[in-house]
Amino acid sequence: MTDIPLAATRDRRLAGRLAAWWRAEPASPAKRVQFDRPLTPWLFVLPQIAVVVIFFYWPSVQAVTSSFYIEDPFGFGSTFVGTENYRDALASTEYRNTALFTAFFCAVVTALSLGLGLLLAVKADKVIRGAESYRTLLISVYAIAPPVAGLIGMMIFDMHMGPLTQVAAWFGYDLKVGIDYWDTAVALITISVWKQIPYNFIFFLSGLQSVPASVREAALIDAKSEWRRFRDIILPLLAPTAFFLLVINITYTMFDTFPIIDVIVKDKPANNPMTLVYKVYLDGFKGNDIGGSSAQSVILMVVVAALTIVQFRFLERRVHYG
Amino acid sequence: MANLSLKGVGKTYGGAQQAAVTGIDLDIADGEFIVLVGPSGCGKSSLLRMIAGLETISTGEVAIGGRVVNRLDPAERDIAMVFQNYALYPHMSVRDNMAYGLKNRRTPKAEIAQRVEEAARMLELGPYLDRKPRALSGGQRQRVAMGRAIVRQPAAFLFDEPLSNLDARLRVTMRMEIRRLQKRLGTTSVYVTHDQLEAMTLADRLVVLNGGRIEQIGAPLEVYRRPASTFVASFIGAPAMSLVDAQIENGQLLLERYLLAHVGNAPGPVTLGLRAEELRIGPAGIPMRVEHVEELGAQRIVHGMIGAQRLSVADGSGAPLSETVLVSVDPARLNLFDTATGRRSELRLTAAQAPLPV
Repeated sequence: MTDIPLAATRDRRLAGRLAAWWRAEPASPAKRVQFDRPLTPWLFVLPQIAVVVIFFYWPSVQAVTSSFYIEDPFGFGSTFVGTENYRDALASTEYRNTALFTAFFCAVVTALSLGLGLLLAVKADKVIRGAESYRTLLISVYAIAPPVAGLIGMMIFDMHMGPLTQVAAWFGYDLKVGIDYWDTAVALITISVWKQIPYNFIFFLSGLQSVPASVREAALIDAKSEWRRFRDIILPLLAPTAFFLLVINITYTMFDTFPIIDVIVKDKPANNPMTLVYKVYLDGFKGNDIGGSSAQSVILMVVVAALTIVQFRFLERRVHYG
Repeated sequence: MANLSLKGVGKTYGGAQQAAVTGIDLDIADGEFIVLVGPSGCGKSSLLRMIAGLETISTGEVAIGGRVVNRLDPAERDIAMVFQNYALYPHMSVRDNMAYGLKNRRTPKAEIAQRVEEAARMLELGPYLDRKPRALSGGQRQRVAMGRAIVRQPAAFLFDEPLSNLDARLRVTMRMEIRRLQKRLGTTSVYVTHDQLEAMTLADRLVVLNGGRIEQIGAPLEVYRRPASTFVASFIGAPAMSLVDAQIENGQLLLERYLLAHVGNAPGPVTLGLRAEELRIGPAGIPMRVEHVEELGAQRIVHGMIGAQRLSVADGSGAPLSETVLVSVDPARLNLFDTATGRRSELRLTAAQAPLPV
């Protein structure tokens, strides 16, 4: 055997290993329980990977790349400009105002929709008998698509025939949604909150109903004040639900209020409040500033990621999972 | 520490046709351990929950320490309750679980700490004070639930089947522990259970409930020896008292035509209650066809038929059994019940009787 060249031995070894790989004897059941071909599992996850890559990674990479370019509005080529898009966005007062409004909008809508959802759920929880119809009535709002909600909202707040405008008029107030900055803001907040309450309500209600009856009764014997029982016993047991809803609600106000804003603000004068997401759309698709809008969406992505990390790192630790 | 008094207490749930509990009169002395026992749906839990204030009282009056509490919140009734599934606050440490009721009653901090320490020592919970309930075993959780009641130093303890979630061995030790603690603290206690053995071993006085009414109140042995009705007879004691149909004719008590005793009771059909340990297998008596034998170690329970009626006999002899054995009984130990109403009627023996060789 000594006169066989080294390379040949190596080749043979390689071939042998390839053959072994192909034959892929299931070595030990402990190691290889599921598949006897190493390619099979990849085939199974391929559709999922494809979805993630096509709809998430690809656009993300595109956004990041195009944020470093200034693109010709009509698609005739692009110029590399480095971080100029970012510097432009961050230096612009308009962008900063929109960011401020988004933060304000996010805080107010989340607080109000969580608070009102919880309040309604607590009240509904008390009248368990009526809860079935109560629940259906309140959840039905959630079945309305955001643009429809926006449309309904727009009609309610309409400058000429909206009932709320009329009510405001009785009190001597001239409500000008779509023209006055804060009037529009109030309308946006109201519609967004209204749209989100049923969702929060359902989760809070099921959270409340999963608090064991005997724990409530033990609390009834331990504490006379209803508020104390709620604060010390019920609320801590609702914390996991509340935390989940907080994350969901922040995401909702940041992204899913888009159609509502679109319906209210579209075709109106330009000084209306809007969120960062809507501005990304406006600058990108209406303003044809693909580079600038990409830079904005990258900033938004970073902010949301940071926010989520903060939530999970700092808030979740204080949450008790039963 | 206080006495408890129930006067004509009843409960009808909204939408229900029949009352769940009716006309309960019960006076519980200070420091007494009362066990409410009965099958499920007999109203024992409803009664306890009415005392606790977790259910409204439909009729009648509940007084704790001479104070009528019908309209008071549970927190104002000066009672502490131990629940079946412990009902601990899952987000609080053992220490906070015990302290919570005291904090809400504005007890000084130093005193809370001292009471919690004391309860923890009594219940051997010291090492677990800073743990959450989920890190404890079932028995430890039950101890915490008891600790929560003890630290309050209430007028009365209410126990709602506190041991039924524990395994059999733990149940026995916890049962003794509850009894020991209650004796030591001398706190009036009302304990609900469906387990007649638990009821027998714990109670100063038993209250046997059936269909929302009291069947019998009495010391455990009294209830065991002299059940007030066929219901109590069949519910208290294991194996259950055998209930058989018998006849009284011409001053003779006859079971399947065999003479048991000479009696002065009115003639007619009667129901006879026979405790397994009062029956003897011997050289003479009524022939019983042996069906099956439960070997319990110290003794065995022989189940068989006399004519068409079932009978259980406790036998400690260990002697081999033939297919048919002869069973006899001391007439003084017979329990007689009215067949129609199921109520106890006193057996009036005539003539001096030796165990009859029938």
